Amino acid sequence: MYPSRFAYESPKTLKDAIGLLDAAGGDAKILAGGQSLVPMLKLRFAFPDQLVDINNIPDLDYITFDADGTLRIGALVRHEHLEKSAEIAKRQPTIAAAAPLVADPIVRTRGTFVGSVCHADPQGDWAATMIALGGYIVAQGPKGKRKIDMKDFVLGPYANALAFNEIAVEAVIPAPKGVARGGYLKLERRVGDFATASVAVALDMQGETVVGAGFALAGVGGKTIDANDAASALIGKKLTEETIAECAALVAAKAEPRTDHRGSSEYKRHIVATFVKRILTANSTQKAA
Amino acid sequence: MKLDEVKIGGMGASRKRVEDNRFIRGKGNYVDDIVLPGMLHMEILRSPVAHARIKSIDTSAAWDMPGVRLVLTGEMMAARNLAWMPTLSYDTAAVLATDKVRFQGQEVCAVIADDPYIAKDACGKIVVDYEILPPIVNPVQAAAADAIQIRDDKAGQVGNKIFDWEIGDKARTDKAFEDADLVSKIELHYPRTHPSPMETCGSIADYDRATGKLTFYVTSQAPHIVRAAVAMVAELPEQNIRVISPDIGGGFGNKVPIYSGYVIAILASILTEKPVKWIEDKTGNLVSTGFGRDVYLKGEMALRKDGKILGVRMNTISDHGAFFADAQPSKFKIGLMHSAFAAYDIPTAHMFATGYYTNKAPGGVAYRCSFRVTEAMFFQERMVQAAADDLGMDQAEFRRVNFVKDEQHPHRTAFGFLTDSGQYEKCLDIGLEAINYKNFEAERAEAAKRGRLLGIGISTMTEPLGAGNSREYDILGIKMFDSAELRIHMSGKAILRTGSRGQGTGHETTWAQIVAHELGIPADDILVEEGDTDTAPFGMGTYASRSTPVAGAAIAMVARKIRAKARKIAAHLLEVSEEDIEWELGRFYVRGNESRGVTIQDCAMAAYSNMPDGMEPGLENTAYYDPPNLTWPFACYIAKVEIDPETGVWDVLQFVAVDDCGVRINPMIVEGQIMGGLTEAYAMANMQYQTYDEEGNIIGGNYMDFLLPTAWETPGFELYEVVTPCPHHPIGAKGVGECATVGGPAAFVNAVVNALKHKGVRNIDMPMMPNRVYEALTTGKDIYGMPPVRSGN
Ligand SMILES: Cc1cc2nc3c(=O)[nH]c(=O)nc-3n(C[C@H](O)[C@H](O)[C@H](O)COP(=O)(O)OP(=O)(O)OC[C@H]3O[C@@H](n4cnc5c(N)ncnc54)[C@H](O)[C@@H]3O)c2cc1C
Repeated sequence: MYPSRFAYESPKTLKDAIGLLDAAGGDAKILAGGQSLVPMLKLRFAFPDQLVDINNIPDLDYITFDADGTLRIGALVRHEHLEKSAEIAKRQPTIAAAAPLVADPIVRTRGTFVGSVCHADPQGDWAATMIALGGYIVAQGPKGKRKIDMKDFVLGPYANALAFNEIAVEAVIPAPKGVARGGYLKLERRVGDFATASVAVALDMQGETVVGAGFALAGVGGKTIDANDAASALIGKKLTEETIAECAALVAAKAEPRTDHRGSSEYKRHIVATFVKRILTANSTQKAA
Repeated sequence: MKLDEVKIGGMGASRKRVEDNRFIRGKGNYVDDIVLPGMLHMEILRSPVAHARIKSIDTSAAWDMPGVRLVLTGEMMAARNLAWMPTLSYDTAAVLATDKVRFQGQEVCAVIADDPYIAKDACGKIVVDYEILPPIVNPVQAAAADAIQIRDDKAGQVGNKIFDWEIGDKARTDKAFEDADLVSKIELHYPRTHPSPMETCGSIADYDRATGKLTFYVTSQAPHIVRAAVAMVAELPEQNIRVISPDIGGGFGNKVPIYSGYVIAILASILTEKPVKWIEDKTGNLVSTGFGRDVYLKGEMALRKDGKILGVRMNTISDHGAFFADAQPSKFKIGLMHSAFAAYDIPTAHMFATGYYTNKAPGGVAYRCSFRVTEAMFFQERMVQAAADDLGMDQAEFRRVNFVKDEQHPHRTAFGFLTDSGQYEKCLDIGLEAINYKNFEAERAEAAKRGRLLGIGISTMTEPLGAGNSREYDILGIKMFDSAELRIHMSGKAILRTGSRGQGTGHETTWAQIVAHELGIPADDILVEEGDTDTAPFGMGTYASRSTPVAGAAIAMVARKIRAKARKIAAHLLEVSEEDIEWELGRFYVRGNESRGVTIQDCAMAAYSNMPDGMEPGLENTAYYDPPNLTWPFACYIAKVEIDPETGVWDVLQFVAVDDCGVRINPMIVEGQIMGGLTEAYAMANMQYQTYDEEGNIIGGNYMDFLLPTAWETPGFELYEVVTPCPHHPIGAKGVGECATVGGPAAFVNAVVNALKHKGVRNIDMPMMPNRVYEALTTGKDIYGMPPVRSGN
């Protein structure tokens, strides 16, 4: 691999890292897992003057649930960590379902959840998951921390709302009112493939009643698609054939797929509807806890 | 104490691969591992567009960069008569573009610098002004009356057609169609794919002006052909050219041709008087080097009501890209396409083939196949399935009715090949039994209740492997024989060299087994060396599954020459006449007195220390082998698939492979070849192709678009064997390296189409991606995969 020339820094504290970003004035890039950035460097699609490697900053590798159930994912949590976490498996089904579908096992050992959200690839799985879960990003810059709601975070393909001197230090997913349910389905051509279409569904259920719902899509538009409006079909209702069908149609209507070598726009929209149905149906037959 | 042949690693031993000792430890020695003092690095600037006139090239900023030694353009190559080079199909190909670029990824400039980073940076500083021309990405566009001419460089070229070629008996075939009860027709496209070896192409050219010697390290499947070609193109004396092909990280046909990068690197080394290394990147490999397939078929079959095939018509149109550079050694324009239907007893056949230029990468290599045999067998088996369906006949039964029977061998095919052995029905029966064919309709009905669609697909074929024989096959006039040189040291250990070149295919292991079989020398005592033209005997290299059929035969023959000499030595040692000597594995003894004998090792020692009066000392020899015919392995592949009708996703429930490749030297390696081949077949059927969009942009220029299956999704394969020895090969072996890639795809496609038969679907072009299957399923229409596609999301 022969990228263009860059300087490499490996700060030991967040403060130093932010200082380096600030000093570079927009010509630096953060290196987390490197699973998106390094390929871009290799292809010379990205040619930053400087890389700021955050891997040696302590205390960024954590998955914690606050007492109220709020989930916090530190900036250096790898996909594999989420895939193997027993807590996630038990308490956060949307993430648990998505984790084994992100990239391939090799990439998952390096790539980070937060890095993936920051990368904002329209086909990326984690930004969609975060949107469906109604999460937010904690950004830290020279002036301190701020929250950026996921609906404001992804600005477009490969574009996020961070300032050049900010680091996303944490992804936060608010606690459900009831029990977190949901799922993630992805149509891919082989393991490690980006989504032809994928669907993130997050449900918040009290008994058999849906009290909160979130939907987001990857691969079927110019950016990660927020389909949270479709929650209206479910809120306050049970998951029945009718509500599921109505909801699936609403989500599918949000997709903006293009016809390409992976399929026609109609096909991709059909897959979205099918996946929404499958996830909701699977959740409807599960006994409420 | 008779030697146990399997224990000494002889024939039939599943001996562990000796080369893996270094490969799995990361100790292989590939071209890129070689570092020479003062070595420079070369990078190629490629065309970003498919078709354009070059108005100007400004290299000044690149020349100005510190560390840049040389910047080469087409014009500079032309000044040395090297802007164009001959191809293996008697066309010309641009080394560096002079007038136009004709495909995306074509070589435009080369920078030679102190390190690869500088070379790449400098490429970025070259400014090329292109005047964009309309691109042509399929033969229909190429044939259009108003189509722009791609090869306006060629005097006498009319339009974009490369050739028309035909074979077979047209009049007789036309008659068969008149007499037919039913004519079955099918149209399809075998899409373009790429061999994509793990190691890309690359070379180091090291020209020494003082000695006039050029040492050329290159990852080549055919180092001797490279030497001959370099001698021709670079006009260097052959004795001064040494080609070394070190360990090869996969070839699959991709590493047979001579590529632009090689020619440029050699010139650059001559000009700079330094070694020049060129290592292609992955994208460079995918977008510019030899692809495979890209052929369209119109197939027709004349049928009698009872299922007998009366005649076959095949009309093929092939897309060759910008230069006709098929790497194939036959005089037939479309390779061995007419090997189609060799397993079937058909009275008459006719084939008409047309080739076109398009604005796509050139190459047409035999990707794990003997020169278009993959297309031939795929077309054949798709036609067979369509015909069985049209007749309303069981697909297995239809094959049985039309197979060449065992006792019909040797059998002259309708297109003129001579098949010599095989037990086709036996293989089919084993396959049907293994997949429980009898029970399939019940299974299908059961699955339908669960909302799932089941399908079963059969592919049976015999293919011609192991070019050649010298009558019909040559490369640039050099005949397709091969060679082996065996030297037995005085301790009875040996070194064996051949003109073939292993590429992860296990030569170092199997070749020693052949010697062990012939001489009784333990395989572990035999060092196998290949790839250095200064030391190895002349040979045509490894592709077309030809190593075992040709070089393997030469090895047996040279061992027999050695044995003949050793017999004389044994007679001398045992003080009897040669006629009284008997041979058993590893040992000569006196007839009637078995205990009085000498081992082959004793004879080796005597060859250097105690030879009979008048005998030349030493125990070494060379054999050149010109095979009397191709070898004809047979295979029966059966796939059982299940389709999710809501998404079009299909899964393989079971896959059965019955291979008859004659005598198996190392069963483990044979099985590995079959597994690998089936994986590639699955890839093509399921996910893999290189297609192009309207602008001529390649879709499939990186490994996120060009998909290689992983262990994750690749189905399990159940392997079975039948052994019908090759009647003319000294050890009865046939080629096997390609059977599964050749025969496998049709089994998958036939299975998926079988599952959709009730909807009226007759064809889905590969790759059968879920969207294609879903579309076929919901519309009942055939899916035709001709580019262009819409790209990007
Ligand atoms: C073969 C392959 C297959 C893949 N398949 C998939 C897939 O199927 N689905 C999928 O979702 N992804 C896939 N990916 C991408 C993978 O998930 C990446 O790991 C992820 O997109 C980026 O995470 P990273 O930690 O590697 O980030 P990096 O590559 O290090 O960085 C990515 C970008 O985010 C920025 N960044 C990273 N961390 C931060 C931070 N804390 N604050 C601010 N900016 C930051 C970087 O500056 C850079 O611009 C694949 C990657 C590969 C190589």
